[in-house]
Amino acid sequence: MKKTNPNPRFTRLVAMLLAAGATCACLAPQALAQQEGRRRRAAAESKPVEITAEQSAMLTKIANDRKLNVDDLLAAAKTYTPSGRHDDYVLFSSGGQSGQIFAIGVPSMRLLRSIAVFTPESWQGYGFAGDDDPVRKRLEINGKPVLWGDTHHPALSETAGDYDGQFLFIGDKANARLGVIDLRDWETKQIVKNPLTVSDHGAAFVTPNTDYVIEGGQYATVLGYGYAPPEEYKKSYRGMVTMWKFDRSKGRIDESQSFAIELPPYWQDLADAGKLASDGYFFVNSFNAEMATGGVEKGNPPFEAGASKRDMDYLHIVDWKKAEAAFKAGKVKKINGFSVIMLDTSVSEGILYFAPEPKSPHGVDVTPNGQYMVVAGKLDPHVTVYSIEKVKKAIAEKKFSGKDDYGVPVLDFDAVKEVQVELGLGPLHTQFDNKGYAYTSLFLDSAVARWSLGGEYASLHAEQPWKLVTKTPVQYNIGHLCAAEGDTVSPDGNYLISMSKWSVDRFLCTGPLLPQNFQLLDISQGGTTMPVTYDLPIGVGEPHYCQMIKADKLKSWPVYPEVGWNPHTQMLDPNAPKKGEEGITREGNKVLVKMTALRSHFTPEHVEINEGDVVTWRISANETAQDATHGFCIGGYNVNLSLEPGEFSEFTFTADKPGTYPYYCTEFCSALHLEMMGYLHIKPKAGVSVKPTETTAAQK
Amino acid sequence: MSSFLSTLIGPRVSESELRAHRARYLTPTAIFMIARVLLLVSIFFPYWHMELEAPQYPNGLYLTAYCNHLTGDVREIDGLNHYIGMRPLGEAAAFERSASVWMILAMFLLVEGAAFIHSKWAVLLAVPAITFPIGFIVDLYYWMRTFGLNLDPKAPLSNSVKPFVPTVIGEGGIGQFKTFAEFGIGYWLAVAAAGCIVVGFYFHRRAYRPLTLRAAGAANPATAG
Repeated sequence: MKKTNPNPRFTRLVAMLLAAGATCACLAPQALAQQEGRRRRAAAESKPVEITAEQSAMLTKIANDRKLNVDDLLAAAKTYTPSGRHDDYVLFSSGGQSGQIFAIGVPSMRLLRSIAVFTPESWQGYGFAGDDDPVRKRLEINGKPVLWGDTHHPALSETAGDYDGQFLFIGDKANARLGVIDLRDWETKQIVKNPLTVSDHGAAFVTPNTDYVIEGGQYATVLGYGYAPPEEYKKSYRGMVTMWKFDRSKGRIDESQSFAIELPPYWQDLADAGKLASDGYFFVNSFNAEMATGGVEKGNPPFEAGASKRDMDYLHIVDWKKAEAAFKAGKVKKINGFSVIMLDTSVSEGILYFAPEPKSPHGVDVTPNGQYMVVAGKLDPHVTVYSIEKVKKAIAEKKFSGKDDYGVPVLDFDAVKEVQVELGLGPLHTQFDNKGYAYTSLFLDSAVARWSLGGEYASLHAEQPWKLVTKTPVQYNIGHLCAAEGDTVSPDGNYLISMSKWSVDRFLCTGPLLPQNFQLLDISQGGTTMPVTYDLPIGVGEPHYCQMIKADKLKSWPVYPEVGWNPHTQMLDPNAPKKGEEGITREGNKVLVKMTALRSHFTPEHVEINEGDVVTWRISANETAQDATHGFCIGGYNVNLSLEPGEFSEFTFTADKPGTYPYYCTEFCSALHLEMMGYLHIKPKAGVSVKPTETTAAQK
Repeated sequence: MSSFLSTLIGPRVSESELRAHRARYLTPTAIFMIARVLLLVSIFFPYWHMELEAPQYPNGLYLTAYCNHLTGDVREIDGLNHYIGMRPLGEAAAFERSASVWMILAMFLLVEGAAFIHSKWAVLLAVPAITFPIGFIVDLYYWMRTFGLNLDPKAPLSNSVKPFVPTVIGEGGIGQFKTFAEFGIGYWLAVAAAGCIVVGFYFHRRAYRPLTLRAAGAANPATAG
């Protein structure tokens, strides 16, 4: 056979194989995607809307039948969120006296859920885990169960002055406590009690990287739960602000690295941390620089008059980096075991300065660039804008107009003031957008004021700087307001919430106790356009402040990462019973119950113990499907747990009341939910009747 | 060399012949090598998928079968299956899953052996690899049928869901679930390997058959003539 050139068929074959190889290579990424077990689903198509004449007629008819005008229809279109569509923002709102936090979607204004913080809440199983419930333990103050809180100011954790969506803090005004919530599972992880003061107000506000959570006080007392008669008010009563050190890696406040700063007994109010240009400072308002002690029953002027006599109160300017250095250098006094930088140290170390502010102001809010602090007048129709540059200069040049009674230098008002802007009656709080506008709530006017900022913001809007632009009436008595990310270094604009305190006639009458009214305002257009687009009644407590975060910043867990997860430690719990480990073991009168919950049964289904046994009960929810939550309750023993997919729970109780107790799943988990139950049999001690009904009959 | 053994492994190719017709003799070896690689790679890719859709699972449930293990929402599917009395999926094809990697390695070696055997008996060594994809379907069907037809009659939903044969490929349904099953890349790699082997034997025969005939002719000139 003659040697030939490579066989053409062979060449073709090689080419074919190469093509096959290339095809495999192309398929590989898809194969890897399949390894993830997820086929791509066709995204919902959004076609441009075209309204036909017929539909237009239908819309007009509906509008006329329901007495809606065109603005109403537009508002509905701006807020209506179809089933399955998610909101752009999440509003975390204080729940006021309910002691909770509410999460609300924006723009739909749908309540997503509540988060129990200071008040036991049964749906979340918060505070219903038997006799030694750790939640109830941490809600104790001086040995007393304090099972409610007055949540005021939520604070989302920040990185470089912007919300990072990791943690949420909130203050309890009534009891000077702080709650720490982990936004992976939306559960309260820690409650810290301020050992110095009974109540507070200026909590919580975070420094730009959440190094510290600021808790400003309010009503002066003798620090550390001391006593002094009102005659010794000026001598013995003190205010304070506490810097709680936050350990982000642990997700907890580190009380040992936290400290407070003693303040004169003016009533400190809201606070805000400086950022960018004002980083390293924070600001606290005050009222009652008069140090009025009230006593209307003795013929003295009441607090409301006594505390508003003078024209000026003091804006507290705190250099917290210097305070931190003083704390680390040990320049503190221990009060009730807590480190406090005393007033003389603050003065000598240059930690604390005052700037006069129109009397009894309310919020102090720092502009996104950190250059200005806006103090809302409350009793004064202006907002007073201070410049951090001027403050720093006045401190450096010692431009003081004097000292207060405690030796704190008071900066010269005209040296630190940038401008005063007249807005209307009862300005309370200010937020910002991305178009160079500020928004201030006007309590007495029941309105939201939009006004133009100056300085580097002047180029962002068409108006003259530092001028009122427009006011939108709200219903009624607005307290706080909240623009989308409106207290960060980069506000989004778009939406604003008016937290209206009174709703009066806005909703159906619900008896003498009425809901508050959360109103959504569309602030996406500049100038004088700023319509209200939605009213949401809040019939659970009176919320104060809220913050609005872009929804995609939240990285919430759909289920716990692993079965047997302990939410208190945020890791797998070695005590979590696994499938096959269920059972009941006894040592003397100590009984350990190991249980698993899986649709649709608990294992075991009978737990037989004796009267007087001390029971530790551990349950793992062996579920991994989203929303496959179980509950677990024992009637009569005040037990109800929320067993979210993967969650491990433990509770203890003393079986002091014999009988037969059904336990059951309190979440409608499955088609066989009602069958998901069992019996706890508590055998009576010898000599005790097992038939109480007959005993009752015999007694009769 | 005994004549039996030489018949079995077939004629050897001389150096000069190999130099003269390198492509002819290397083609089957090369194709078998490709088949072997495809087979080996298939271990790392899914052989079969099933997606289950139901109203309360808007993101679906997924089951992915590799030759040696099962992944996806097995736990959830087992949980649901207990309502209809189906045994846990982990109990299905336990032997097949534990042996599959060894079986594929054995096929790998056998196909390698086939490249060195130049007689028609080489086909025998390649039979397992060629029939493997069919065997996989048959086995899958067997287990699904066994599990589907042997539901616990005392199961909670035994009134609503009667024994059934799940759909192995394509669209099926059970209860409120719609199921979509398809082969995965791993399976198609195994099919491609089988295809390569078949093609390889065409070239194998073309290369070595003349040598066998020539050798037979030399041994028996009368018939060869």
